[in-house]
Amino acid sequence: MNKPFKDIASGASRRDVLAVGATLAGSSLLVGCSLPEMLSAGSKVEVGAFGPFLKFATDGTVTVISKHIEFGQGNHAGLAAIAAEELDADWSKVKVEQAAANAKLYGNINMGGTQGTGGSSAIANSWTQLRTAGAAARAMFVSAAAAKWGVPAGEITVANGVIAHASGKQAGFGELVSDAAKIKPPEKPTLKNPKAFTLVGTDRVRRKDAQAKSDGTARYTQDVRLPDMLVAMVAHAPKFGAKVKSFDATAAKKVAGVVEVYQIPTGVAVVANSTWAARQGRDALKVEWDEAKAETRGSAQILQEFKDLASGKTAAPTDKKKGWQAFESKGDAAQAAGGTAAVEVTYDFPYLAHATMEPMNCVAMVGKGPTKLVFGSQTPTLDQINTAGIVYALPGSIEIETLFAGGSFGRRANFQSDYVTECVHIAKKVGKGRPVKLVWTREDDMRAGYYRPLVHHAVRVTVDKDGYPATWRHRVVTQSIMKGAPPGSPGGGGVDATAVEGAMGSPYLKATPVVDAQLITPDAGVPVLWWRSVGATHTAYVMEHTIDQLAKKAGKDPVEYRRALYQKAGAGRHLAVLNLAAEKAGWTTPAPAGWTRGVAVHESFGTVVAQVAEVKIENGQPKVGRVVTAIDCGVAISPDQIAAQMEGGTCYGLSGAMFGNVTLTNGVVDQQNFDTYRVLRNSEAPTVETYIVPSANPPSGVGEPGTPVIGPAVANALLAITGQPTLSQPFVKT
Amino acid sequence: MATTVDVNGRSLNVNSPPDTPLLWVLRDELGLTGTKYGCGVAQCGACTVLADGQPIRACQTPISALGAAKITTIEGLGGNHPLQQAWVKLDVPQCGYCQSGQIMSACALLASNANPDDEAISGAMDGNICRCGAYQRIRAAIKEAAAMPAAPAEPAAAPVAAKPAA
Repeated sequence: MNKPFKDIASGASRRDVLAVGATLAGSSLLVGCSLPEMLSAGSKVEVGAFGPFLKFATDGTVTVISKHIEFGQGNHAGLAAIAAEELDADWSKVKVEQAAANAKLYGNINMGGTQGTGGSSAIANSWTQLRTAGAAARAMFVSAAAAKWGVPAGEITVANGVIAHASGKQAGFGELVSDAAKIKPPEKPTLKNPKAFTLVGTDRVRRKDAQAKSDGTARYTQDVRLPDMLVAMVAHAPKFGAKVKSFDATAAKKVAGVVEVYQIPTGVAVVANSTWAARQGRDALKVEWDEAKAETRGSAQILQEFKDLASGKTAAPTDKKKGWQAFESKGDAAQAAGGTAAVEVTYDFPYLAHATMEPMNCVAMVGKGPTKLVFGSQTPTLDQINTAGIVYALPGSIEIETLFAGGSFGRRANFQSDYVTECVHIAKKVGKGRPVKLVWTREDDMRAGYYRPLVHHAVRVTVDKDGYPATWRHRVVTQSIMKGAPPGSPGGGGVDATAVEGAMGSPYLKATPVVDAQLITPDAGVPVLWWRSVGATHTAYVMEHTIDQLAKKAGKDPVEYRRALYQKAGAGRHLAVLNLAAEKAGWTTPAPAGWTRGVAVHESFGTVVAQVAEVKIENGQPKVGRVVTAIDCGVAISPDQIAAQMEGGTCYGLSGAMFGNVTLTNGVVDQQNFDTYRVLRNSEAPTVETYIVPSANPPSGVGEPGTPVIGPAVANALLAITGQPTLSQPFVKT
Repeated sequence: MATTVDVNGRSLNVNSPPDTPLLWVLRDELGLTGTKYGCGVAQCGACTVLADGQPIRACQTPISALGAAKITTIEGLGGNHPLQQAWVKLDVPQCGYCQSGQIMSACALLASNANPDDEAISGAMDGNICRCGAYQRIRAAIKEAAAMPAAPAEPAAAPVAAKPAA
């Protein structure tokens, strides 16, 4: 049972840690069975004849059950297409249904078997699983048809949902479903040769939810209405770490529609018959807060402390876990500190809110039968574990109905299941299984923390006679995301990979003879979390913008400079996307009048993305026009959804780089809503063109890798325009 | 005290207090949950509905301020409006949460400008935030819908969803 922890004690990824969190929480419950079995104990989820991923109806529809939540990434289309391809199903008759919470059936192979969506892993971890499920079911239908028609199975064909024999006999899945259900599934079904794919990789793979999301019928947590349901809002402390000292609910209880007021661990909850009554009741509360253990520093002070650590002005703790930790190290570190630096710069990145369109919310029913949750659960296993501890039940017995979520970008995968447990605490107070919908206002959501951490980088590079890096000294100071992991899991001991991924493993460091790269993760009371593309949100910027400064210093073209380094590092995939993007963007031809091009390349989650952005300065701020994107994500399941993710990921990354900025004054978050937390608007969005590098490799993710590249591409264009590097984000200070 | 509101072609009595924002009357009392809550302060556009054809932010409009205005919500477009067809054809939605508001803003735009250029689209759509960044497809879909024959000037009326059992 202890082995998994040991294996991942250093360089832990998000996926590993979710697995460990689950193991730790579950270990006291049951001993001697596998992790997924342990986590699903108490579950009542049943599996049909065609396994956990496929259902066939007599009307001919095929339902693919998705173990992954759909919150925009388009994975439901891709997952369904993978199974439909092997089935040779009629795509127009394929539907997608969201899986129940059950780690044994629906665990994420890339997350150690816990159920969850993240790390751009949905397609990657499902690829073989859903192909196998589809191929097995296909074989069952072929066997059933062969027996029914008295013909050899080998003579039966399946195409576009039609099972047929040369004799003229044919049937759909719906007609043969009861016969096929009696066939024993083959243990090792034969998978198609990818060259024979007719659906995967084509533009026929389109979203299944576009109609419902265009006519208002798509159901989100915010839309849940159940008989007798109460709506809850919570007064939260203005500072992280503060607790309720006392409260006066007199005025709140006078609001028509307010039913009750409860103190819960995270604040004071008002439950009411309607959202508006809950809101007015919450606003009428008078709460005094105990701030003895609260974080009272401002973000400027925290940043200064980070800077002082990086510069050496403040000595780092010598404790191995709290001091500097090397994440890339090669050659003599003293050399990296000496010589004449070609580029010596520091970079600052602010806290960022995810600011999903749908603020966090959850529906819970506690106290009558099994505890039920209805919401957009990104990590059902974690949410089950965290809920189980409150209602004293087996994690597997917690039922979760996962709905569409109005965005996540990392926010809903949370070690503490923060808003979920808040809702469960309230529903437990209400009891009797009565549904409680917790609604956070935009302000609640914006000020609740779990931000992309504030980060400071210090980089010093010396170059050889040709202008290429000879030594690279790198210091990163940031809070550790993994410190939010359950007790005993990684973050203690090894390097928190989520803080340095992208610098760690960079082809540029591979091509540099001497490297001294270190990380330190001081504590702060501001909760931090992964934000779409996680470490790459800052490491891609630092590496790519530093490279352009080095190229400029060397008097070399940024694309040529990168090519030389990729060749040195053996980074063939980087080279391929760079070449494709440069070609499609017309890199060697002049940019349109008034526009200047910038380039950047970055690998994250196994996918490599290159972008060439056309940029100009308009009204004192960067304006981004055409963005040419080249991507290598292995086999492309849905080219249109890959393009959609490049478009959206680019907007998300650009929004953060241009405007994103959460600040604190004396521990209080300054931003409350979109009037103070500026985000990218329609007229500020670039026009993204996407080109896919053909690949036979297994698919990797596309949800996150489109996000981190645009920031440095724009900064590199600005460097070409102004001659100056851009050393802090956001670009636009408001 | 009942207030009368005209929603999607039907005159309805609602019991919410008169200062209640239209958004919560639509969602909580009438069960029309297609109109979304995003910010509550008219910054994001997720709650956009039409009042006599003009786009308004339902989160900042108390029902007492509506007078005799005819309200059209996403449900009132009927599901097959040229904009909705274009949205589906181009796979515009990602998470989808903002799209009702986007479509209602676009609907008001097309009603006043049958063939909007980029500047007109920016002017009409910059009040609607999409955190998934589907902006490029939103622009393309508006042009796609504008090019479709016979976009109806008045959205079709649709029945109001039934309330859940108490």
